[in-house]
Amino acid sequence: MQDVREALMQGRNSTGGTVRRPLSPHLQVYRPQITSTLSILHRITGVALSAGAVLLSLWLAAAATSSGAFSVAQAIVGSILGMIVLFGFTFALFYHFCNGIRHLLWDAGVGFELPSVHRSGVAVVVAAGGLTVLVWLVGLVLL
Amino acid sequence: MRIMRSALGRARGMGAAKSGVHHWWAQRLTALALLPLALYAVLSVLLLEGASQAEMLRYMAEPWNGVLFLALVIALFYHLQLGLQVVIEDYIRSEGKRLAVMLAMRATAGFFGLLAIISVLKLSF
Repeated sequence: MQDVREALMQGRNSTGGTVRRPLSPHLQVYRPQITSTLSILHRITGVALSAGAVLLSLWLAAAATSSGAFSVAQAIVGSILGMIVLFGFTFALFYHFCNGIRHLLWDAGVGFELPSVHRSGVAVVVAAGGLTVLVWLVGLVLL
Repeated sequence: MRIMRSALGRARGMGAAKSGVHHWWAQRLTALALLPLALYAVLSVLLLEGASQAEMLRYMAEPWNGVLFLALVIALFYHLQLGLQVVIEDYIRSEGKRLAVMLAMRATAGFFGLLAIISVLKLSF
């Protein structure tokens, strides 16, 4: 036994022998729902954006180092792969942003009923997708 | 009724020290700060699309841009460190490994946060 929580898993069967108690159903047997899926996505985008923050600081450091270093950084950002990664980060940012607002509203006690949780979930995905497309249209077409 | 509080705690009569919700509050406050700052960051990246270092220097030399970038970086790294802490606590069961990963995460977040701050300051002055 490595963990105190293991003690709760020990039980006895009808013959008196020790058995390992069954675990309650976990993630893989539940049908994915918008509530759980968006919650998981919030965490995944949060972790991904942490890596994005590291890239942001490297980009700033390149600019502070030399004009050569910054043009290399800008070339990487402007390459096909760089743009695909940046597009992913744009969506991750807007998703985490919109769902973060949803979380802050829940913290304030707003929108807790199941129908409104579902509606706000759909709204968050639509808004995040819309904002991502809008920013990329502005970036690629207007600027 | 059995009293579960310590004698000192009862004598002080201060209740909980209100520090239990510090992590929760800090995460929400930095989230709130990051709402406008994230939009500013997206706008800045759009404006600096394909910029040369000279243009970047001119941008960051504007006091408002320097201040907003510093605020962004500080709130961002504080917020992400709080979030990653919860992820680590949730998924790493062994206490030793959890502590090691937590310290490595804090060190990495601190290092890149400082790198960003120094870079913004250097660009601004």
